[in-house]
Parts: sequence; structure tokens; C-alpha cells
Amino acid sequence: MSATLIDNATAEQPRNDRNYLNADHTLKSWLLTVDHKRIGILYLIAVTIFFFIGAVAAAMIRYELTSPHGILLSSEVYNKTFSAHGIYMVFQFLVVAIPAVLGNFLIPLMIGARDMAFPRLNLLSWYMFMTGGLLITLSFILGGVDAGWTFYVPLSTLSETQISLCLVGIFITGFSSIFTAVNFIATIHKMRAPGMTWYRLPLYIWSHYSTAIVILLGTPVVAITLFLVVVERGFGFGIFSPELGGDPVLFQHLFWFYSHPAVYIMILPAFGVISEIITCFSRRPIFGYRFIAYSSVAIAFLGFLVWGHHMFLSSQSVLQGLIFSIITWILAVPSAIKVFNWTTTMYKGSIHFSTPMLYALGFMGLFLIGGLTGLHLASIDTDVHLTGTYFIVAHFHYVMVGGTIMGYLGGIHFWFPKMFGRTYSEMWGRISAMIVFVGFNLTFFPQFIVGYLGMPRRYHYYYFAPEWQFYHILSTAGSTVLGIGFLLPGIYLTYAIFKGKKAGPNPWGAKGLEWEQAGSPPITENFEKPVLVLEDPYNYNPEEDSKMYEHEVESADMLGGRK
Amino acid sequence: MGWGPFQYGVQPEAASAHAPYYDALFITITLLLLLFTVGTVAAIIFFVTKYRRGTKVDRKNVITHHTGLELIWMGVPLVLALGMFAWSARNFISVRTMPDPAESTEIFCIGKKWMWHFQHMNGVRENNELTVVVGQPVKITMISQDVIHALYLPEMRAQYHVVPGRYTDLQFTPTKPGKYKILCAMHCGTQHSEMVGQLYVLTPTEYAEWLEKGGNRYKTKPTTVAEAGKQIWQEKQCANCHTGVDNPRAPSLAGIFGKERVFTDGTKRKADRDYIRESIKMPHNMITKGYENTMPVYGGTITEPQVLALIEYIKTLTPSTGDFERQDIVNSIPGTNRDNSNVDVANQGQSAGNAQFRSAEDKR
Repeated sequence: MSATLIDNATAEQPRNDRNYLNADHTLKSWLLTVDHKRIGILYLIAVTIFFFIGAVAAAMIRYELTSPHGILLSSEVYNKTFSAHGIYMVFQFLVVAIPAVLGNFLIPLMIGARDMAFPRLNLLSWYMFMTGGLLITLSFILGGVDAGWTFYVPLSTLSETQISLCLVGIFITGFSSIFTAVNFIATIHKMRAPGMTWYRLPLYIWSHYSTAIVILLGTPVVAITLFLVVVERGFGFGIFSPELGGDPVLFQHLFWFYSHPAVYIMILPAFGVISEIITCFSRRPIFGYRFIAYSSVAIAFLGFLVWGHHMFLSSQSVLQGLIFSIITWILAVPSAIKVFNWTTTMYKGSIHFSTPMLYALGFMGLFLIGGLTGLHLASIDTDVHLTGTYFIVAHFHYVMVGGTIMGYLGGIHFWFPKMFGRTYSEMWGRISAMIVFVGFNLTFFPQFIVGYLGMPRRYHYYYFAPEWQFYHILSTAGSTVLGIGFLLPGIYLTYAIFKGKKAGPNPWGAKGLEWEQAGSPPITENFEKPVLVLEDPYNYNPEEDSKMYEHEVESADMLGGRK
Repeated sequence: MGWGPFQYGVQPEAASAHAPYYDALFITITLLLLLFTVGTVAAIIFFVTKYRRGTKVDRKNVITHHTGLELIWMGVPLVLALGMFAWSARNFISVRTMPDPAESTEIFCIGKKWMWHFQHMNGVRENNELTVVVGQPVKITMISQDVIHALYLPEMRAQYHVVPGRYTDLQFTPTKPGKYKILCAMHCGTQHSEMVGQLYVLTPTEYAEWLEKGGNRYKTKPTTVAEAGKQIWQEKQCANCHTGVDNPRAPSLAGIFGKERVFTDGTKRKADRDYIRESIKMPHNMITKGYENTMPVYGGTITEPQVLALIEYIKTLTPSTGDFERQDIVNSIPGTNRDNSNVDVANQGQSAGNAQFRSAEDKR
């Protein structure tokens, strides 16, 4: 099947080829920009760098674990390495990746606005993010942090590493999230084009709206909590340390009150991306629009009521545990709704196997496993043996990597022509999507087994159980494949930014204001003409679309010798 | 050198009474996972094959919503979820119900960077090793001396956090003699992955022999935990104030374990291990009604094993036993700031010894 990009765009490319990328070329024009698209690109560069740091740390961990006795690192360095991996990946990549890169870029375009509600705040959020990221990096340059990304007290209050500096960095990054969330909420409420009613919003917007609310309610809690750790470390205030009359379990309550919803901050935007991709490449309206939209809201709401499931064994009472467990079970339902609706969306569609679609299909498979293994952990009894083991590690990587990163890469590939006005090599796109899928499963599936066998997470050595080495070697081999899968897009996408073929406004033949009304890349003001929305989203016609490709199937069948 | 999944299987050994119940639930949830995953993936593969662009199939009348279908796929998972929750809740409650002390072995566990310290009631101490007898329920009472640890016994399907500042517990009944893993499942610092040990489950004969030899380690019979507690009691001179009966300076500790205590601010609390521990380490937090805040703070000068031993000793105290040789002196100290008449008036506690100073003046 050849890589076909259709150019059935309705938007006109501006005559003088003016766009947001070539509006000005100075460095200053980038660093002081208030254009949401440029800020999105700034974020893209930043999160790519932070992802790279986190990935190098991951590679070191995987390499180290191929031997039960460790290979290169001392235990101290090993602890700092997995802490770095967690801190960079969670706070500097996963939480921000989709909202800050694709969200910033797309929300005004999708709702027909010229920019965000607060453009300067948007720029400030990027500077906060960079300041936070630099402080975190500084803390690792000055010696590192060994308490893991969870910073459990009293470990983090007693640790003599650079925890205070790192926490200040995360605190500042947290405010960058809050600014972004405020901007999203205000923009979605106030800046929609005429005719863009709530039920005409792309589901991408619904999921970002839910995300923004979770960020706004959750992030201040974790910011204050981490700040209290700094205060305790710096001034000896007895908040969490029992020696000072504090309560270490209180920290866990406060921390997970944010950090569990944070999982939804990471995955909800990916849901939005998948909704867009599935509809576009099935060429049909989404099935169950309102159920998907409200399931995002339900997830955002219920997500705040389940934090205690991280603490079933932390000395909270049995009754508390049971309550958190049952809410967690119920929370599985809205996630299931989405997957079923996406699947049904393909019924009677006209499926295109383009790169973003491959990522979306991969996402659905991995998210199913990731989400459903969450039930082993929601189930309060089975959690006893699994919590704190590699089973947990595998579970949340299936959700975070298999979900969020697959969604992020799918989204980047889907909107790449819009962001840069050029197309990338479809062949390489598809190959790397498949490499990521295979590499991912090879990396993390063995971790389910080794976790069930009892391998605790954050263990540097496992000399007491050398039989686990088999699974670790599989996992490390998989991570090498996965690494190649992540590296490839870095190469061919960078190449395409400069050398790719011109994309035209709507290379996918997609619906939505960003495709139909704006150029690729869009102009600084987004739209040439005032935008008026008259139809529901995803107004595709699969029958018409499929007819255009009948010759393709016929020739393929002839080549394959089928009738 | 055999390493491979086929030699060891993909399931950890099941060596406790709870383990088969655990595994049944685990496998059921896994099967549900497979059912949903395989079902959905099969549907996806079917749709993307049948409806790939260009195929000549019916694409008319695309449906965009169907409330009935939505309700079915909300309802079925919800019912399944609630059913599975009930099952796992039942399992969890049974695993968190501590065994009857009369029929079980209680063991103290102190977690510290980076070792496990176990203490049997008969005084045998073990480091990074724990020896128990097959078939007898084991209850482990745990506390950490520094950061949070998690005592994890994978073959027993047992785990619980070991928290500084409070006692936690876990129980299991080993069913198969053998050697098993003791792990720490909560990141606790540099040598977290070396905080490992062995759990030895012995047959009754082996266990009796092991006990006879004082846990293989001591030539003479070791002092029991309560005896060790008595030594600390004497060393710290607790009996200077805590005598066999309540006196103006301090309440008697005889028989208080498990009884309700009333404090100066009117709140009440059961005198469990956590209460006694806190009262030793930070006595000013809870002042028993009728007394002044006079007890020294032992928080910085006493170790967790010492506290545990003291508690065990306190449990054995009665008004007539224990080391109360200074009782007469304390009782005859004149000029304490209490009106002696209170001694006669008060009579409302559970035991005569406890009650005498309960209703003493307290006007806060």
C-alpha cells in the first residue's frame, strides 16, 4: 500500500506564504514570543531534551539490571539514576508533554481562536518550566537525589543529597502547569468561535479541559507538600518526621492526592489525541461522543477519590483501604467506555493505516493491558503481594509509556504537517511505530512476570534470586529496541522539518478547524478569515472516502493472487 | 546454569495458608483481563480488516450513538468490578485479621537501614533471618527505627509497611517447610536492595530442636523479651515513679495494657502498644488525667527494640509484682502539690489501683 496523502483541503494557503514559523527569524522573536504555536514549539524542544535525559537514565538502569550483581554503578549512583529517570520523566516530560506541546499548539486552532486567553502567562509558564527543569538538572549536577520521584519521608527528609534544590525545581515546574491549566480553562470557556458549542468541540478539547481542572485542583497540593519537605529539611519543622512529632504517612496522603490524579493529567490528553486520530483515519464520526466526553469528566472527578489505593499497606485502616479500593474498581468503567467507543468507531469506517493510526491502534492494545493490570492493584488483596514490585513498574509503564507516549507520538505524527508544513516519510513512520510497539512489549511484559515472582522495584541487586535474570535480560533487550523506536522519529522528523515535502493545509483529509480553516503551518493569527462553526465535529463520510481507494484494494488483491 | 522461565515457572511458590486463595483471585483477574483484551483486540482486528479503506462492504447508515450499547458496556464491567471487589475485600479482611494470640507466635520486627531485626518472645534474636514453625500462625509486630520499609515475604503473599513512629503488623501461616525470601519492598536508601534475608519454615521437630539450642546462636538460654524489658525498666529507673499503685507523682502501669486511658484534655485512648510507645518517647503528648507533665522525654535515648521489650514487661506488671521497691518512699513523700483527700474520694476506674487518682483536680 502506498503512502497516500490527499490534498482535498478547503483552506487557502496565504499567497505570500506567510506563517508563524517565518514571521520572524531572530532568536529574540522566539524567546519573547506570545504566539501559542511558537510556545508549543519551545515546549517541544524542551520536553524532547528532558525526555532524552530521562531515557539515558532508563538505559543505565536497564543495563545495570542485566546482572544480578550489578555491573557498573554503585548502589548510591543507581538510586540517583532511577530517581533522575522518574523525576525527569514524570515532572518534566509526561505531565507536560501532550498539554504543553500539542495542547498549546492546537487548542486555539481547534476552537477557532487567535491565541490563548493569556498569551503572556503562557510564555511565563514556559520560563517557569525551564527554570524548574534547570534547577532539577542543577540538583543532579551538584550530586543528585536518591529518594526516588516519590520523595517519601522520612527518607527524603533524612537524605543528605540535593533534595531541597530538586524539590524547589519541581515546585516551580508545578506552577508552570498551573498557569497552563488556567490558560486552557479560560481559553476554552471564553475564546470559542461563533457556533462552536460545547458539543461541537473536538473531544481533544474535552479531554484537555478535564486535564486542566485536575491540574488546577491537584498541583497546588503537591507543590505545598513538597515545599513542606523543604521547610522540614531546612528549618526542622516537625511536619512529617515522627522524631519531630510529625507523621510520615501524612506525606503519602498529600503526595498521592496530587500524584494519583497526575496519572490522569498524563493519560487524559492522550485519550483526546486518540479520539482525533481514530475518527480521522476511520473516516467516520466518533461513536458515543457524549459518553467519551463525560467519561473524561468522570475520570477527572473520580481520579481525586482514589489516592489511598497507593497506601493499602501504609497503616491506613482496613475500612479506608476498602473504600479506596471500591472507588478504584468503579474508576475502571469510564476508561473502559472510551476503549469500547473507539473500537466501535471503526465499525463501518474506512480505515487508513497511516503512521498516527498505527500509534493509536498500538495505544489501544497497550492501554487495555495497562488499565486492566491496574485491576490487580485496585483489588486490595492482590495488591498486597504486588505493590512495590516490578508488577507495579510494568503496570504504570504500560499506562504511561504505552498510553501517554504512544498518544504523544501519535499526536506528533498526526499534527506534524500542521506544525511544520511538511510531511515525513510514511514508511519510516510506520516502521518506527511498529518498532516502538514490539520494543515496548518486550521491555515491560517480562516485568509483570518478574514482579509477580517478587522482584521489588528500585532494587539494584537480585543476587538472591538469579533466576530472575532471564526476565531482566529480555526486558533490557526490549528497551534497546524501544530506544531505537524512539530515536528513529527524532531523526526522520528532524529531517522532515527542513527537507520534507510541502504538506498543504490538510494532508490527511481531516475534519476540524485546524485542518480545514488554517494553513500548514498556520499564520501567526491562525485564521485568514473569521471562523464560523456550522457543523458537528468529525463529519466524515466513510462510504465516499472508501470509494476512492477501491482500485487500490483490487490491484493489491490481484498482486496477492486473490480474487 | 539453568535460568529460564520453564525451570522456575511464572508463579512464585505458594507457601502460606493464604497463598492459594491469593493466587485464585490473581488468576481470575488475569483471566478477566485476557477476556477483555483478547475480545477488544479481536474486534479491532476484525474491523480494521473488514473496513480498511477500499473494501467493498456496507458502510451505509453509520451509527454515532446507541445508549443501550453504552449502558451494556458500562453495566457489565461495573457488575464485574463490584463482584471482584467483594471477593478481594473478603480475602483482604481475612488476611488483615490478626490471629488469636493464644494460637499464634508473635514476633517483633525492627526495620532499620539496612537490615531486618527479628525478636522472638523467648528472647531469641535473629538478623535478616526469621525462623518459624510450619502450620502455626505467625503475627509480626513491626516498627522502623529510621525510614519507611516494607516487610515483604513473596512466598507467603504477605507484605506490610514498617513505619517509624507507629506499630504495624502482618500475619501469615506457613504451610510448607523450606527456605523463603524476606525482602524490603519500599525504597529505603543506598542499600535498599541488600535489605534481604531468609525465612526458614521448620517442621515442629526441627523447630523444637532449634529452640532448644537457643536459635543456634546462644550457648545459654536467652533472656526473654519481657526479662530484657525488666532490665531496661531497672536501668531507666521507671519504678521511681511508676509504682504498683497510683501515687501522686505517676499512675501505676500495672494492668493498664488494653485499658482505656483518660487524658487531661478529656480525650480517651486505649492503652495499646502505640500508646505506651508514644508515652515513653514523647510523654508530654498525652498526660493522664490527674497528673502533671513531669515525665522525662525518652525519645532520643531509647531504641525501638528497648521500647518493645519495655512494653512486653509492662504487660506483665501487676500491683504486687514488678520492681516497685521504692513504692513506700514515694507514697510517703510529703508536700506534693496534690490534696491528699483526693485519694479517698476517687473511686471510678476499672481497678482500684488505677482509679485512685483519676478524678484528681484538673481544671483545664
